[in-house]
Amino acid sequence: MASKAVLTGTHFMNGDEACAEGALAAGCRFFAGYPITPATEVAERMSRRLPQVGGMYIQMEDEIASMAALLGASWGGKKAMTSTSGPGFSLMMENLGLGIITETPCVVCNVQRGGPSTGLPTLVGQADMMQARWGSHGHYEIIALCPSSPQEMFDFTIRAFNLSERFRLPVLVMADEVVGHMNERVLIPEEGAIEVVERKRPTCAPGQFLPYRPEADGVAPMACFGDGYRIHVTGLTHGENGYPAMEDRAQERMVNSLVNKIKMNRDAIISYETEYLDDAEVVLVAYGISVRSARRALRMGRDRGLRLGLVKLNTVWPFPEEFIRGLAGRVRALIMPEINLGQMVLELERCAGGRCPVRLVGHAGGSIIRPGVILSAVEDIRKEAV
Amino acid sequence: METEILITGFGGQGIVLTGNILGMAATLYDNRHATMTQSYGPEARGGSCSSQVVISDEPILFPYVENPQVMICMSQAGFQKNCAMLQEGGAMLWDSDLVKPAELSDQWRCYNIPATRFAEEMGNKMMANIVMLGFVAAVCALVDPESLRQAVLESVPPKTRDKNAAAFDRGREYGGEILKGRARQEH
Repeated sequence: MASKAVLTGTHFMNGDEACAEGALAAGCRFFAGYPITPATEVAERMSRRLPQVGGMYIQMEDEIASMAALLGASWGGKKAMTSTSGPGFSLMMENLGLGIITETPCVVCNVQRGGPSTGLPTLVGQADMMQARWGSHGHYEIIALCPSSPQEMFDFTIRAFNLSERFRLPVLVMADEVVGHMNERVLIPEEGAIEVVERKRPTCAPGQFLPYRPEADGVAPMACFGDGYRIHVTGLTHGENGYPAMEDRAQERMVNSLVNKIKMNRDAIISYETEYLDDAEVVLVAYGISVRSARRALRMGRDRGLRLGLVKLNTVWPFPEEFIRGLAGRVRALIMPEINLGQMVLELERCAGGRCPVRLVGHAGGSIIRPGVILSAVEDIRKEAV
Repeated sequence: METEILITGFGGQGIVLTGNILGMAATLYDNRHATMTQSYGPEARGGSCSSQVVISDEPILFPYVENPQVMICMSQAGFQKNCAMLQEGGAMLWDSDLVKPAELSDQWRCYNIPATRFAEEMGNKMMANIVMLGFVAAVCALVDPESLRQAVLESVPPKTRDKNAAAFDRGREYGGEILKGRARQEH
């Protein structure tokens, strides 16, 4: 049993362990990382599990090298991931950008803790959300998922791999300390019931291959080293042939290509769930562990006769702009609980576009949002809105 | 109905493992729902730590323990810091050699056991948490006692199963005797 990549069955495991198992189930066979609380258990489990399934685990000298190793492994044809937390995530930013410009599939799990800097190593935060969007320099699109339970750590890590393979970019799993360290039931399905996506490979003759020419879906097929195709991988702006092209037209083509492949596939990427929206006056919009605070607040509020609804964001980047715009036009207010002093709420507010008030329920980190605080905010905004 | 359990002690006592075993028993063997969260500082051993378990028949929304019905204390600091949280009618369990309660509410059901001393007598004080779990099985109706025993055996290194089973049984028997003694006093 121990040698199986998919541990089918019911488990009581923490989110970090579930993340590792999700990666293995998705076909990940390479992990490079540097242990850091509260993400260490991902690396720890991968170090034990990868050798059992013919994969490779490398503990790197730091997170800069870890991210670089992922890109190399991916170009070598492997599905690769790393896990980290705030300080390591900061170090990964430069090579994350290299992954984006070279269109390299891989997965980075950030188990967020309180920051800035070393901050609160063992305590929760959700304050890397804008870093996830814009942390590397230059203009690009990114995909980020936010699990709210160990089960979703498993499920969303698989989806992160599938999205990264399909759209050829690093995909972020933006977890947090509580989801990472919390033990809960995790159901791992039969191997055959798990959808696994593999990157598109070129089908043309090697002489005709252009490694960065997108197909109709906006994504170029990927040839890996050893596949017999001529490929050149550079962090410089490049043409469709992969070679450096230092001119504005090439920059325009390349950056637009990086952005468009995500924008044109938004509907396939964006995922959210709704609860009680039909009659909702005030809607809580939450992601990650704050979904659970919001859901408790919703039940408490409904018991008191408050018409609350919930939007649970499974993906936070790209943000569900059109959906929020429509929602904002038919409710009295939107409230976002998040463990920071206002990050995703800025995006929520932008998308609401003034159609309804938008409020933050946040604090600087160290604990999850108390449902009672969310309910107080609901009461306050109902008074204002009358 | 959610039952909240707070387990406190210091790093190295297996406080998190204790919570994990409780949650595992509830989830995997009793087919109920449980969450276990942990709280500790940057230091590896010796610092205060706690694990928080919620057990319910329904999926659990909020995983923090704020109004525990059961508190298990394996250190004086853990007792002092947290005892005020215990609900009226709640069960307070502590290691009688490690915790000297200054005052106990008459609203609590109180049970104590020299778990660490028993574990030392059985050859390894690291098993104090398992003795305590046996005690929990006897005095609190949190999970099926056999589920808890099974979860203990699944969670410890295979070579130490017999010793841990004996540690669990020792705590369970001690708890059973306390309950019998109290029943006699009441009659």
